[in-house]
Amino acid sequence: MPEYVLSVGMEVHAELLTQSKMFCRCPVAFGGEPNTRVCPVCLGLPGTLPVPNRRAIELVMKTALALNCTIARHSVFHRKNYFYPDLPKGYQVSQYGETNPIGYGGFLEIPTAEGGFKRIGIRRVHLEEDTGKLMHLPSGGSGIDYNRAGVPLMEIVTDFPPDIQSPDEAKEYLAQLRQILIYLGVCDGRLEEGSMRCEPNISVRPQGAEKLGTKTELKNLNSFRSVQLGVQFEMRRQIATLEQGGTILQETRGWNEANESSFAMRIKEEENDYRYFPCPDLIPMEFDDPFIDRVAQEIPELPLAKTRRYQDELGLNAYDAGLLISDQDWADFFEKAVTLGGNPKLVCNWMNSDFAKLLNESGQWVAGERERTRVTPTHLVELVKLIESNSISGKMGKEVFAEVFATGKNPQAIVDARGLSQVSDSAAIEAWVQEVLDAHPDVVESYRTGKQGVIGFLVGQVMKRSQGQANPALVQESMRKALEP
Amino acid sequence: MSQPLFAQSAADLARRLRAREVSATEVAEAHLDRVSATDPQVGAFLTMPRDEVMADAAAAQAMLDRGEGGPLCGVPVGIKDNISTRGVATTCASKLLENYVPPFDATVIEKLRAQGIVCFGKTNLDEFAMGTSCENSAFQLTRNPWDLDRTPGGSSGGSAACVAAQQVPLSLGSDTGGSIRLPAALCGLVGFKPTYGRVSRYGLIAFGSSLDQIGPFGRTVEDVALLSEAISGYDHLDSTSLDRHPIQTNALKSGSLRGLKLAIPDQLMTDEIQPGVRATFESALDLLRKEGVEITPVSLPSIQYGVTTYYIIAPAEASSNLARFDGIRYGLRLEGEGHIGNVATTRGEGFGHEVKARIMIGTYVLSAGYYDAYYTRAQQVRALMVQEFESTYRDFDAVISPTSPSVAFRLGELKDNPMAMKLLDFCTIPANMGGFPSISIPAGLSDHLPVGLQLTGPIGDDERILQLAYALEQALPPTPSPAMG
Repeated sequence: MPEYVLSVGMEVHAELLTQSKMFCRCPVAFGGEPNTRVCPVCLGLPGTLPVPNRRAIELVMKTALALNCTIARHSVFHRKNYFYPDLPKGYQVSQYGETNPIGYGGFLEIPTAEGGFKRIGIRRVHLEEDTGKLMHLPSGGSGIDYNRAGVPLMEIVTDFPPDIQSPDEAKEYLAQLRQILIYLGVCDGRLEEGSMRCEPNISVRPQGAEKLGTKTELKNLNSFRSVQLGVQFEMRRQIATLEQGGTILQETRGWNEANESSFAMRIKEEENDYRYFPCPDLIPMEFDDPFIDRVAQEIPELPLAKTRRYQDELGLNAYDAGLLISDQDWADFFEKAVTLGGNPKLVCNWMNSDFAKLLNESGQWVAGERERTRVTPTHLVELVKLIESNSISGKMGKEVFAEVFATGKNPQAIVDARGLSQVSDSAAIEAWVQEVLDAHPDVVESYRTGKQGVIGFLVGQVMKRSQGQANPALVQESMRKALEP
Repeated sequence: MSQPLFAQSAADLARRLRAREVSATEVAEAHLDRVSATDPQVGAFLTMPRDEVMADAAAAQAMLDRGEGGPLCGVPVGIKDNISTRGVATTCASKLLENYVPPFDATVIEKLRAQGIVCFGKTNLDEFAMGTSCENSAFQLTRNPWDLDRTPGGSSGGSAACVAAQQVPLSLGSDTGGSIRLPAALCGLVGFKPTYGRVSRYGLIAFGSSLDQIGPFGRTVEDVALLSEAISGYDHLDSTSLDRHPIQTNALKSGSLRGLKLAIPDQLMTDEIQPGVRATFESALDLLRKEGVEITPVSLPSIQYGVTTYYIIAPAEASSNLARFDGIRYGLRLEGEGHIGNVATTRGEGFGHEVKARIMIGTYVLSAGYYDAYYTRAQQVRALMVQEFESTYRDFDAVISPTSPSVAFRLGELKDNPMAMKLLDFCTIPANMGGFPSISIPAGLSDHLPVGLQLTGPIGDDERILQLAYALEQALPPTPSPAMG
């Protein structure tokens, strides 16, 4: 059996986070009663004309720049002509051509299993309008909801021939892309709700063969897992078909989430002729340097650059850095704490353990629409410093943090109020040690006869006498000294 | 003023309305009576919504009473039935839109209403404005008031006939390749196609989006200028709208003919021009020369490809513009087999022959493999034609020619000769290709039928073209009204 090489081209559609639709002023929002967010323009009533949404153009340019694309100085909208009930005008306003899309010829880097990075070429980033949605009516028959019609849609297409060669890479590409789009604030990246949609083109060919195999396009993938499983399933299905002497049909296949398999939807006999031509209702877009620069300035530090910086400059490991950057607000919280003087490693540990756990349990978050946590970066820095200076023990820190989380009080205030402050005064500690030694001569004896493990018991007794406030490290040290002959 | 109200110019009516010598209701009633008396023979109107007309008239009178309203307040204006009117059927003279009632007003209609101008019924046209004789209407024939056996021209035949028959002093048409100027010439009227973008296309049901322009018909240049002023100006709903003020009329009468330099293209004085038309046109030129106008023959070679180029670009755009008529959301809906079957049956039965022919031509020239040979080439010729005109404008005030190569022909005469019909537009097409302002004014009669003279000028020079047309009109013998009714 020959070895096979997998090639996966990715077409991703992302609904843009604009207030209004691409060519009219209808609001953009998920759901809603069918056909309530429509107007004569997005319904394509005769005589209506499109007026482009400037923000949508900027968001696509922002994405293209973040994906290292060349920006077209002159870019036009085309009409893609075909008949379908969800398409109100009988054409979709889109962009066509190799160097016409707002962005082209870029790349995105994905981390590899070996700890390096791989470049995935991006062929184009363009702007178009979304279609409506066909719905099956409870009464039988179908209806069409045009709420989604005219929502600004960005299409991101990978290079050809494709760079993606494994199901993992396909998933990683999508994960990286999604994170970038969220960081850029251009798309909310909700795969389940369809605000981000991914359609991989999958083909296999025997190792060494130059020509790509016949591809199939996979639809209905609404999670990272289904992208990975779907690509894997298609790869295995195609290899098995070829091994049995069969041929791959160029077709569109659907992904069945329930039984984790793909099924044939329709055969693509030939390429559709969409009769693209420049939309005469829209004047060509001309982008100059000041405009492009202004858009470029909106781009924040991107996730991959952030993880690299956290590792190189702040000394975090890849896993911790990855957790921190998984959400931009989370990373922002971390960076604020570090800016305020928090030890990066310690702040990171607190965030990724106790803080994350409590947030998760309470349903709160550090920013956005969910209930906002009372914990501030200042709180976290204060807490970390209390521990670093041995004012409180790590164990006390957990209690203090839980109270900060619940009440929003300052850690120092909590420590003061509860009298939790750790005792590091050596005279006090030595006095406690002496008391314990005096109370347990038998244990002291057994230590001196070689059972050095009992020191734990003695330290525990000191902690008890100090009501937990003695600095454990100092107690340990003092006890050892006192037991020395 | 012994003239009946319906025979008076819009300017006179407006003055008398403003002076309270007559009420808007009286003016509307007089014109409704005139329609009742003459439209059974002429057939200009597809819809005459008397209640709405009288309501508009009452609103206009209220404005006049308050000292408000525009210069044409209270004057009735006929509306070509491809301009969207809220609550009043807008059919494009097509079975497909027989029962379509727009839920919004075109921008020009909003402007009319805001100024108290009375929207006076919807006029007949060639289906979707495709034709030169008004014979492609799915509903009725419109006859030329000069000779009821003859065509009023097209496609704005109803808008021309209603003004010529004194049913209204003014009307609105649309001009894609001559659809205002040609019927104006054949009906002895003034018809003006403003600069592309000077009048909003929002609400005009599109035929060839890069060529379409709404414009006025009237019996005098002054009336046409007043209506041009009323409907023009930047519109944020039309991206192709020019950021210019409305067309001004203050300098309309201050133009002089002395020293005026006009270019007459050899390519518009070919043997296609009927001898009678040529004779009338040339005697008009003689009169102008006597007034001091310098008329110089020039050569604009690309004009000879005008009709061919037009019949690639206009159908290409039309094939896409008309794709929305699929029977799903509005208009005629017929059943077939499956979705595509429904669409095919609806369009097959709903569109007339000429419309289907043009959709097929447009579909063909945009197809992959033919696109460059036809559409791209046509755009190149178009660019060349624009260059030739623009270089002519450097040395001349305007380009002059006959508007139509023939006088009004008999109904049915060219029914079986579509090529001859299409060639009638060869003088008018170049202005649409370049977006130039272009006007047809009466040059005199040939065999008791009107002959039109056309002036075309540079982009944005609408005021200048109207001023020249006014001066020419004063120098030429007055055109009588047709002897009907």
